[in-house]
Amino acid sequence: MPMVQLLILPLAADYEVRNVRITVVDQDHSTYTRQLVDKISASAYFDLIHYGNSYEEALQFIEEDKAELILNIPPLFEKQLLTENTASLFIAVNAINGVKANLGGVYLRNIISDFNQDIRMDWIQSPGFSPRPIIQISALNWFNPLLNYQYFMVPGILVILVTMVGAFLSALNIVKEKEVGTIEQINVTPIRKHQFILGKLIPFWILGLIVLGIGMVLSWLFYGIVSEGSLGTVFTFAALYLLAVLGLGLLVSTYSQTQQQSMLISFFFMMIFVLLSGLYTAIESMPMWAQIFARFNPVTYFIEVMRMVVLRGSSLFDIRYHILVVTLFAIVLNGWAILNYKKRV
Amino acid sequence: MNFPLSIESINLTKRFGDFTAVDSISFQVKKGEIFGFLGANGAGKTTAMRMLSGLSKPTSGSAVVAGYNLEFQSEKIKQNIGYMSQKFSLYEDLKVKENIRFYGGIYGLTDQQIKEKSEFMLHQLNLGGSANTMVRSLPLGWRQKLAFSVAMLHDPSVIFLDEPTGGVDPVTRREFWQLIYSAADRGTTVFVTTHYMDEAEYCDRVSIMVDGRIEALDTPVNLVNTYKVKTMADVFVKLARKATRGE
Repeated sequence: MPMVQLLILPLAADYEVRNVRITVVDQDHSTYTRQLVDKISASAYFDLIHYGNSYEEALQFIEEDKAELILNIPPLFEKQLLTENTASLFIAVNAINGVKANLGGVYLRNIISDFNQDIRMDWIQSPGFSPRPIIQISALNWFNPLLNYQYFMVPGILVILVTMVGAFLSALNIVKEKEVGTIEQINVTPIRKHQFILGKLIPFWILGLIVLGIGMVLSWLFYGIVSEGSLGTVFTFAALYLLAVLGLGLLVSTYSQTQQQSMLISFFFMMIFVLLSGLYTAIESMPMWAQIFARFNPVTYFIEVMRMVVLRGSSLFDIRYHILVVTLFAIVLNGWAILNYKKRV
Repeated sequence: MNFPLSIESINLTKRFGDFTAVDSISFQVKKGEIFGFLGANGAGKTTAMRMLSGLSKPTSGSAVVAGYNLEFQSEKIKQNIGYMSQKFSLYEDLKVKENIRFYGGIYGLTDQQIKEKSEFMLHQLNLGGSANTMVRSLPLGWRQKLAFSVAMLHDPSVIFLDEPTGGVDPVTRREFWQLIYSAADRGTTVFVTTHYMDEAEYCDRVSIMVDGRIEALDTPVNLVNTYKVKTMADVFVKLARKATRGE
């Protein structure tokens, strides 16, 4: 089941924006505007759903949520461009789907500036003019040169899967024994508390590491992601991280009486942990309180580490701070679980 | 009393908020005795048993079980007692022999001991062919006998049985009691709760709890004579009727 998620989620949970619906209001109807509109509709990012004369008409599309963007080309656009060398365009954005609209706006700006250069190229070719310097903006994307979204998402989703296996299964475990009644039998034996907790921890710990291993193989097979850093580093950190997550699960199960209760509590934690982990949204752009919270979220650290090691090739030394924090998590959560597990009530 | 004591309870009390589940009970159980612990549902039997086996902390009072103080040495007690609860408490998703090995390991038995014990036990219970069966698929009566034997695995000096034969057919109940007798013959003290009055008559001595207190404690024969009735069932009904507490 987690494996299926790994294969499906990165394809669907994707921030790349495609098929932004755009309406163009062309009040100029010139050669240049025709060229610009062709360029936009040729792009995979845009669906030209309407091409008209009136801004009001275009606004109607936005109001009915049929379009995300309006590009308004004012009258005399071509003439101004040729005579005064400047011309203005107006972009209106439907910000209800903020991500899509904003990114759409950025793409559109790119296309226009691209178009701008095309026109200049035309001019340069005419003899007699000295070539104008063309400012080239070049962007270099470190560590993910092709801006492949899956490179960014897959290691993070792997973290979520390992976390779910660890936290949910361990949270259910002690509670299940409470429900079935076997915990009584255990509590009446001379077994030590830490022996019991360790006995619960070790199988899930091994299981979690196996899940991570399978996940790494699948992301290599399906997404071609090969870790830049050493697998030893990934697994060393994962081993510590799993201890922390399992500790959390066990802690939840020492507080819950039924499996439903422990499912609900773990689900609550997982939601918050995943949303505030920096997997889907950058932590830096969260409000201050959320940023502080993210620092108390073990998931945050593993996602950072996965991205550092898998994409950037960081070494154990580079992630020493993360190791320290996760070790603290592991000690506190497991210690708490042992303290809260009472053989005698 | 010449016999050494296995259990001595002095004013043992358990309160949950305003509710007094067990109200200052005092009694003594001799070594090797089969001690029946009777009472209507909700009379406080299970709570008392849970306190004596170290699962529940007494609100007040004290007890000595298997020679150890309940308050300070509850983990020592656990090494020396067996406990079989009302609910079935083996792991249903493990095989018979896996359960034996697991509990043997917890009590610190060596592999050799576990091997010998499980062979003996499976032979005694006629479960020889079922060593690899999942416990889940055993009939209830067999499971209860197995649970009893597993609770006896480490040769405890006292064994607590909480309604061990609930829902079990009469033939298997008789077999179960043969197991109890053979354990008592080997010197194990048996502390058993039951709702079956015929079983109460198998006990050496019987106590009857009503509303958290022990109302009567004697041999079955003496109880029948004292209350001038014919059977243990009549004694029980006579006493239990006094209960004011609902179920």
